[in-house]
Amino acid sequence: MAAIEERVDEASTSYAELLGRIEALESAQNASIKKKNKLTIIAWGGDLDRIWPTTILATTAAASGMEASVFFTFWGLFAIVKPDVRITGENWMQKMMSAMNPGSAQKAKLSRYNFAGAGPSMFKKLAKDHQVARPEELISTAQELGVRLIPCQMTMDLLGLKREDLLDGLEEPIGAATAIAEMRDAAVSLFI
Amino acid sequence: MDVITTTVDARGQSCPGPLVALARALRDARPGDQLELLATDPGSKSDVPSWATISGNELLEAGETAEGVHRYVVRKV
Repeated sequence: MAAIEERVDEASTSYAELLGRIEALESAQNASIKKKNKLTIIAWGGDLDRIWPTTILATTAAASGMEASVFFTFWGLFAIVKPDVRITGENWMQKMMSAMNPGSAQKAKLSRYNFAGAGPSMFKKLAKDHQVARPEELISTAQELGVRLIPCQMTMDLLGLKREDLLDGLEEPIGAATAIAEMRDAAVSLFI
Repeated sequence: MDVITTTVDARGQSCPGPLVALARALRDARPGDQLELLATDPGSKSDVPSWATISGNELLEAGETAEGVHRYVVRKV
């Protein structure tokens, strides 16, 4: 009898230990970051060879049922300027910046082999021949598929870009902390 | 019942065209519907299975016709 009692005691001790370990695991899991089936891209570059992969990846993620958001900052912002908007900004520095970075994805330059615009034309000819959608088409496809396009407030102010200079259908401009929050819960985050 | 509800013809289109076309068609489909995708993009051979894994839809068939067209059948989950 004594032997049985001893074994029951042992069993209940290890049971209590196990319960404690499960509780510790559960609280550790609750404290950890939960990632969503989501892609976040920081679109920093406005060059054709950056904005193109940005829009291809965002569109593909959305087409695969993932949540997707693109945060446009610095030169990336010029890719979401309305095509008919010419010079933006209030002072000469901002105006000069906009003159050097013509707005909209269709006017994006290549980061290399630009050849005063001949490079992008050649690239677009190749894309057309291969039936690859252009970045400006991919931006509207992305919007149609529910990709959230979010401009960065600080760089908008810095570059003198106003809400009305940018494409319709964008999310409200946000700051770095919100961008980090977007990346924090996304399973995939990219800086392009 | 192996009934194809919709055929998505994305022949000639390059990445990500076929997947975007498939996603558009899937949006209007009902769960259980079977969609056929036709594509000539060789990248679709790896892209369509990846798409199925990410999106959680079922890839029922993947093959190539005699004319070199890639043919896929997916079921909306």
